[in-house]
Amino acid sequence: MDFGFAPIKTRAINYDKNDDRIIHYVLSHDASFNVCLSCGSCTATCIAGSLTNFNIRKMNTLLRRGEPEGLEIEVNKCMLCGKCHLVCPRGINTRNVIMLIKKAISEMKK
Amino acid sequence: MKSVIVIGGGIAGVETANQLSMFGHKVLLLEKDAELGGKINNWHCLFPNLRDASEIKSYINKIADENRFAINRNTEIVKFTKNNQLHPIDQNGDEYEADAVVLATGFKLFRAERKEEYGYNIYKNVITSADLERKFNEKSLDTKNPPRRIAIVHCVGSRDEKSGNHYCSKVCCITGVKQAIELKKTFPDAEIICFYMDLRMHGKGYEELYREAQEKYFVQFIRGRVSEASENIDKSIQIKAEDTLSGKPLKMTVDMMVLLVGMEMEKTSVSLVSGCNVEFGNNRFFNVKDEFTQPNSTLEKNIFVAGACSSPMNISEAILSARSTAVEVNKYLGNMEIKV
Repeated sequence: MDFGFAPIKTRAINYDKNDDRIIHYVLSHDASFNVCLSCGSCTATCIAGSLTNFNIRKMNTLLRRGEPEGLEIEVNKCMLCGKCHLVCPRGINTRNVIMLIKKAISEMKK
Repeated sequence: MKSVIVIGGGIAGVETANQLSMFGHKVLLLEKDAELGGKINNWHCLFPNLRDASEIKSYINKIADENRFAINRNTEIVKFTKNNQLHPIDQNGDEYEADAVVLATGFKLFRAERKEEYGYNIYKNVITSADLERKFNEKSLDTKNPPRRIAIVHCVGSRDEKSGNHYCSKVCCITGVKQAIELKKTFPDAEIICFYMDLRMHGKGYEELYREAQEKYFVQFIRGRVSEASENIDKSIQIKAEDTLSGKPLKMTVDMMVLLVGMEMEKTSVSLVSGCNVEFGNNRFFNVKDEFTQPNSTLEKNIFVAGACSSPMNISEAILSARSTAVEVNKYLGNMEIKV
């Protein structure tokens, strides 16, 4: 029944109830992802990010906090050019991370 | 022969006394406790290579055993009088005399109770970094009921004007990384999360240890200061912070919270030099005559400083400070000799 109002969903990240399946999948296949410093070089150089609101650094931060909501739409904005991998100061294969996220999503759908 | 009194038997004091005695001066080292070593006696292992702290303790004890200089233990200097010489007076009213005095009085740790929002000494599972070192030494961490998640909170009592300390204590960041690794080794299944404002990996090998913590031990680093903590009925701790990199508030339950407490000036060192021309910086540590070219001298010509009583520093910096202080004191005493 619709009363015209509903409890407001909190914006806060609840780390106790987070969905860590995708991040575990990514880390188990590419542990280098864990050394991210959140410097934002990837986002600064991202071609998709200059045309859309795609933010690979922030997407990865939220994924690490177990907040994969909207991830599928976000991850498809990437054009897989690999420039982010070139600029990463810690050599994280960010394009591979994107591919692993896509794989994890499709496997979760099975 | 000129005589020097070194106040404080921690690493800086012992090192200064040793170097000065090798220069041929008569040195008396005064330590307020029964044991030499100061804070090092409380540490388990040292950053950045996780070296056993007892190795530094034995370095200190070896120097003391060589008997090159006199040591008075259980002697706390409470004040000075000065004429041509300096006359430190101890807690029993006994007076000493020396041509020069080196202050090597070190630091004290921030009392974590003062950050009430973290509940130290109120909540069972909130401990300080110093408590954790003790627990490692005593092997008193409960490995039968391992914590599932541990939060390490950076900058407790540092860079915090509300607690009166605007300055950075310099060594807590790397201590947090080191303790995260030690905790992960002790509790392999636990998730370790560091809450930081900035990570200051300024020393040799620090950045490498930070990377190792992420890569090998899967320590998570969340940029955001823990704003409050509360205890659940099962004694776990509920904490709140902002995950500033995603711009969202964040809450989580942890089974243990470690507070990285900063360094403060010893109050007793402040009253010690009343009546002498020794100034204090706005961080309350001893001011030096010139922070670039005379980092070992005070405005009083025969009072010198060594180690962490002039600013927060780590062990190797304290040793370097002590050695350069010894050179300065030696130079001062040598000039005196010529004038006579």
